[in-house]
Amino acid sequence: MNSATNSGRALPRAGRALPWALVTPALGWTLLFFVLPFVAMAFSSLTPHGGGGFTLANYSQFFTNPAYWQAMVNSLQVTAIVTAVSVLLAYPFAWILAEQVPERWQRLALMLAVLPFWTSYVVRSYSWLLVLAQNGVINRALTGSGLFNEPLQLANTRLATIIGFVHFFVMLLTLTIFANLKQLSPSYRKAAADLGAGPVRTFLHVVLPLTLPGIMVGAFLTFVLCIGDYITPQILGGNNELLMPQLVMMQIGRRGDFPLASALSIILMAVVTIAYLACARWLKIERA
Amino acid sequence: MTINPNTPNPTTRKPLSVLKRYLHAACAATALLLATGSLAQAADLNALIWCDHADPALLQPFEEANGVKVNVKEFEGTGAGMAIVEQSQPGDWDVMVIDSIDIPRGVEKGLFEPLPEDKLPLADLFPQVKLDNYTVVDGKRYGITEKFGYNTIGYNKTKVDPADMQSLAALTGDKYKGKIAIYDYYLPVIGMAALAIGRKTTELTEADLPAIKQELLRMKANAKLVGEVTASQTALATGEVDILVGGGEWVTAGLAKENPALDFSIPKEGAVLWSQSLAMFKDSKNKDTALKFIQYIMSPEGQARLATSACYWGMPANTKATLSDEQKKILRFDEQPDFLARAQPYPAPDADLDKKMQDVWTEMLQAQ
Repeated sequence: MNSATNSGRALPRAGRALPWALVTPALGWTLLFFVLPFVAMAFSSLTPHGGGGFTLANYSQFFTNPAYWQAMVNSLQVTAIVTAVSVLLAYPFAWILAEQVPERWQRLALMLAVLPFWTSYVVRSYSWLLVLAQNGVINRALTGSGLFNEPLQLANTRLATIIGFVHFFVMLLTLTIFANLKQLSPSYRKAAADLGAGPVRTFLHVVLPLTLPGIMVGAFLTFVLCIGDYITPQILGGNNELLMPQLVMMQIGRRGDFPLASALSIILMAVVTIAYLACARWLKIERA
Repeated sequence: MTINPNTPNPTTRKPLSVLKRYLHAACAATALLLATGSLAQAADLNALIWCDHADPALLQPFEEANGVKVNVKEFEGTGAGMAIVEQSQPGDWDVMVIDSIDIPRGVEKGLFEPLPEDKLPLADLFPQVKLDNYTVVDGKRYGITEKFGYNTIGYNKTKVDPADMQSLAALTGDKYKGKIAIYDYYLPVIGMAALAIGRKTTELTEADLPAIKQELLRMKANAKLVGEVTASQTALATGEVDILVGGGEWVTAGLAKENPALDFSIPKEGAVLWSQSLAMFKDSKNKDTALKFIQYIMSPEGQARLATSACYWGMPANTKATLSDEQKKILRFDEQPDFLARAQPYPAPDADLDKKMQDVWTEMLQAQ
């Protein structure tokens, strides 16, 4: 009887503890690998190079030095272009994949879509560099066909950086939009057709609004990955203009100026956070 | 059948106590792994290095001769190397490869152990690369130069006139506009810009920065890219550019077999001497092995292997390095006395000037 009573008390306690036990690893992980490093970084950003005391000089340097400020402008411009181009390319891809490719071929098509992810980021960037180079495939084709007398300056430009990024992110976006399209019940389109809407009107007023969450999630992922990437602009951009991650790396290389690098990283994170909040607010995710 | 009342029934086990048991097991396993790991490390040599030291052709003979494993960690830039050290436990590292000019930074932080001069082949080194003003602090030697070269002009001699490459003025003229790459490291290229305007690298002050910036902007206006080592080499190798500002034998020597047209010059204004040194950590637990490693690297055989490392080639500091005639020819070994006579050391600014130099470099990169 006693035993039964004890276990009767213990079970609800265990039941209450179970959710915490299950969530603890995730909380611990977040605390250990995000919150603590973030706090350390924020603390570091408020100290002078060499240590000792607190200062806002690292932040003021960003806002007062035009070269630093320009890095953020460059980053935002490149990221905006990459995100927009990727969405414009990815949507038709996802549409064709979801609507036009027969079910039995979709798995193969999806596998082909994720192939770029199998290649190392560095290797892919260098491959693009060789493709876009003065003696690369594109320039040889253009000059060989007589369209141009001189090779075009493609490599080591912002355009090259954008091409490299789009190649990677268009597939990421395709997958998120594809998943969204597949979840869309055919009955919506049937209902729109029953009400007299043509294919274009159905797409604009039914399909597109309903797949907007997929687009926004993919676009946000693209934004985050693109604005924080160091490798692709470093290799393909030819360092002819600085983006934020390159500016951060510059502070670390020889001088080891971690406080300034931290401040720049915090500013970068703030921009990403603003982008997320704008995205969430627009989609009214907070109501979900 | 009897049931031990103390044995928990698996079906009624509290989830937390199960988790606790697994955590204990995991902790025990981790502790065991760490213990065996630290035991293994005790017999090894842990080296913070640049990529040329990661070449198995360099490390294997030492490992086999001494029965030790050399664990290497690559880094780029003194700042990044110092950060690794600061995040490590004292004794984690035994030796470090570092820019010769940065040895005083390590000594100031109390990182390095004085080296026994009588056990090192200092007499065999090119005198100009001993750089005692950096490698010796307060009368004690804390580093020894192991490899050196020049930040100068690398070029494709079939695409440009080698005579033009004898002056830094060629870099800012119109003749090679769009055919130039700049090596992406501010100190040596700022040193080259200083040479171009007739300043000595050892005497640079903040007052020189505006003129240096103008010179850098003129170079940038002619440049197709500003690239790190691999990108610069790729650009030169693929014909994307014909000239590399700041690149020297470390670019052209490595590609000599694939493209013998690549060469470098020491222009009349001079070149910037780069040099890397080896230092031993004060807290090293394997000081004897660390010294043996330094002695091996500085030996004629070690020097030859280091000079021709797969990652990049460079001149060995030891004049007696056992290089083949072909290797000496590629490195232009016989011309070194003349090159060294015309070379100037890396700029070694204090922290404030260093920061201002980096800002000038940043502005140059952003300039369109």
